[in-house]
Parts: sequence; structure tokens; C-alpha cells
Amino acid sequence: MKHLKDRIAVAGVGHTAFGSFPEKSDYGLAAEAFRAALADCGLRKEDVDGLVCCRIPYYVRMGEVLGIDPRWTMQTPAHGRMSGIAIIEAMMAIACGAADCVALLYANIGRSRRVNYGGDESSGFWDPWGMTSPGAAHALMFRSHMERYGTTTRQLAEVPVAIRANAALNPSAVMREPITIDDHARARRIAAPLGLLDYCLINDGAGCLILTSRERARDLAKPPVLISGVGAQDAFTGSSISNYADNFWYDELQAVAGQVYTMAGVGPSSIDALMAYDNFSPTVLFSLEGLGFCGRGESGSFVAAGALRHDGRLPTNTDGGHLSNSYMQGWALNIEAVRQLRGECGSRQLPNCEVVQYVAATPCCRSIIYTRG
Amino acid sequence: MLMGDYTKPLPKIDELTRPYWEYARRHELSVQRCRACGHHQFPPAPVCQQCLGDDLGWQVVSGRGRLVTWTWFHRAYWSSFVEELPYNVAVIRLEEGPQIISNLVGALAEEGAAQRQGLPVRAVFDDVTPEISLVRFAQDGDA
Repeated sequence: MKHLKDRIAVAGVGHTAFGSFPEKSDYGLAAEAFRAALADCGLRKEDVDGLVCCRIPYYVRMGEVLGIDPRWTMQTPAHGRMSGIAIIEAMMAIACGAADCVALLYANIGRSRRVNYGGDESSGFWDPWGMTSPGAAHALMFRSHMERYGTTTRQLAEVPVAIRANAALNPSAVMREPITIDDHARARRIAAPLGLLDYCLINDGAGCLILTSRERARDLAKPPVLISGVGAQDAFTGSSISNYADNFWYDELQAVAGQVYTMAGVGPSSIDALMAYDNFSPTVLFSLEGLGFCGRGESGSFVAAGALRHDGRLPTNTDGGHLSNSYMQGWALNIEAVRQLRGECGSRQLPNCEVVQYVAATPCCRSIIYTRG
Repeated sequence: MLMGDYTKPLPKIDELTRPYWEYARRHELSVQRCRACGHHQFPPAPVCQQCLGDDLGWQVVSGRGRLVTWTWFHRAYWSSFVEELPYNVAVIRLEEGPQIISNLVGALAEEGAAQRQGLPVRAVFDDVTPEISLVRFAQDGDA
């Protein structure tokens, strides 16, 4: 993949407001994000010849609603891991000439539909024992991390507390009220050792990224943000317990790190901001260890004292992530990466931000390194 | 127990899983075994995950294993679990290899009790309906 370094750019980004919009449809929200992303880069919808639909019911209807007829289309399931996957797929589609300009659309009205992420809504083999929900799978993993490495729930609290502090600087974040480590300890348990503040939000909203070649992006309204590195490794063989991995995806993330850093020609010490998929707070710890920001088992002490805050040593999820900004399943984090590199982030803008990394620690581990064009 | 009293989720039994539930009814824990390469796997699959062979049978296992990790549900995703909150769910690594989800019972069934990673546990069976018995795990050595 090294030959694809810096060849494809994110030209435009856009998203809707985040919150509860029972009156809106998936298609309406996605169209709003698409319009915003087109306006952001100055492209016309006729320029778009590639389409990715994630968590949108039907790609044909989406194209009809937008009035576009692409020559390359991809629909993904409504899984958070699909954002990184789809961006990498779109990069490859453009690089090989299957499309010139790809719009990636994501819409979620899970809040208005009262999605529970467990029980009969997602039935599975282990239901008779009461095992259900991705949150419980992460609780099982975090308990194992505590047993193996002595990590504490107070150390874990540093993740949602820092990410909430970041959200406080983001005017469009859903949750902006600061929280403390004691608040984290007092919050009601859901699947212990995890409690309410370890769980991401569930809110409505939509996001859009528009990708094209570096050359074409240079002629558009905003400075291009380049895809400098990508990494991918799936973990399917030990996946009978959904969203659970004995090794916290450490080996897979190490493989991803090898690919993404080699391709981009940088290492963890060059990363100005990390966008870490934070469906549940332990995922951030697993990502830090797997990518090598700290040693194995050392993420608990790494995140202490506000390391992940806007002014910490590794600013992470500067928009407030899934825990506090919006449950956009990785899409908003990738949009935030672009905006930080463009210098558009207002009071949460990081100084001299040149290299931003996205990572998702899931059964499909993915990472993307973005740089200024 | 009368038929119909049990309101918690019941297994969806199909061709693949029927032998497991028949053994469980007899209070025997079983896993799928590949007759070609000897690989053990669970939950069952249509082919051997190791050699892709389809000559698969079932093997009754010792019921001994080790506690890997556990969680306490304080929220019920099925209303039938409300009265049991908080209830536990654990990952058990069987001596024979496969890893399964179950519940801890006996001395281990209390939040904050002596759960430790690696603790030896053994299978016990709970007849939840006339047809279905669920395997659960007690600390090995418990009466």
C-alpha cells in the first residue's frame, strides 16, 4: 500500500446537528450532511461518481434522493468498524480509477428509534445465560485487563473525563458539562465494572466525507488533507463472543501499527492528535497499547493526569468522541481529524497540528493517518 | 416447574446445536470435535475451523475449566432478568480448549466475591425447563 501514500485526499466534510430528531429520516439527515460537505469543498453533486452508504437503509434510494448516478457504490452494515473500512475502500477505489470523487454518507437515528444494543434486538447464541450487548463484552475485556495488569476503574475514568473536557470546547457536542473521576465512580453501573459514563452516547445525526485525488483536491475550496497511511487487520477466528477478544485486539493492532506507520513514514511520537474509536472507554486504552503509545498493560498509567485532554501529551478525541460529542460511529472522528489539520477547530484547535491518526479497536481493526496536503 | 413459567430467553435449537442441548439435558457438557484433525470447537460450526473438514461429531468434556473474566449486569435487556439484577456472566476456558459464556454459581455468585482470573471451576447443570438444562460453573472444590 506504500505507493498510495499521500495520493488521495479528503476534500470536503460535513455533518448535521447532533441530538434527537424524531421528525427526520435517515435519508434526510444524510442529504443534509452531503449538502454541507459539497459546500465545504465547492464540488457539485454531479462531480460525485462514487457513493458509500453506511447505516442508511438502501443505497439506491439514497442515490435517488440525492439525484446522483455513481459508477462505484458500496453499502456497509451499520457497524462502527465500517467507517475506517469504508474510507480505506474509497481511497483504493479512487487510486485504481473506479471513481474520481467518492461521497461517504452515514446517518443514524438510533436515538429516535430507541435502539438498545442488546436483548431480542440482537439475539445470539449466549442469550440463555443473559449475555448480550457490546457494552457487556467490553466489561468482560476491561475486567480481564484489571486482573492481568492491575488497571483500575479510576484510571479508566481518565478516559471519559478527558474526552468530556474536550467536548466542553466543542459547541456542537451533545454532552459538554464537565465530569470528574468521582462522578465516574458514582454513575450507575450498567455491566460492571463499566458504568454509564463508560458508554457512548446514542444520538441522531449524519456525516459526510468527500474523497478525491490529491491533484483534484488542490483546486477545491479547502486545503486538501491527505491519507498518508492506512492499516488493517481483522480478528474473526476467536469471535464467538461478539465484540470480545481475549487479547483486547493487541496483536491485530500491532499489525495495524506496523502497516500504518510504515506507509506514512512516521511513528507514534509524531502523532499530534489521536482519534480513537470510543464506543466504550476501555477501547481507548486498548488502542493506546496496541498502537504502541505505551507499553502493553500500561495504558492505565499513561492516561492519568489528563494525558488525553486538548492540552495533554496526546490530545485524543478533541471533538468529544462518541462518549461526549456524538455517536457517529467513527465518522465524526474522521471529520474532526480533517478539521484539526485544516486549522478550523476554533477554541479546541491544536497548535501546529500536522499529523492526526484515527484508530478503531474492534473485530476489524483499522487505522488511518492524515496529514496536511 | 410448569411449562411456560420460564420467561428468560431459550436457545434456538437447530440441526447444528441439537446434540449439545441433548447432552446438556443429561447433564453432560459437550463440544464439537473434528474427526479428521481432532480440533475442538464451540459454538458449533458447519465445518472444522482448523482443517475445513465436515466430518464433525460431539465429545463430552470434563466440565473443568478456568475463569477468564466476568461482568455483573445491573441493567436487564430482557424484562425476565429484572428480578435477578445484578446477575453475572462469565467467560470460561474449558480444559479441552474452547471458551464459553456461562454464569457463576455457589460461592462465586456474589458480586465482589472471590472471582479471580484463572480460578478453577467446574460445570453444574440447571434444569430451567423440562427440555432445557443450562450449564453454569461453580468453584472447583465447592460442595
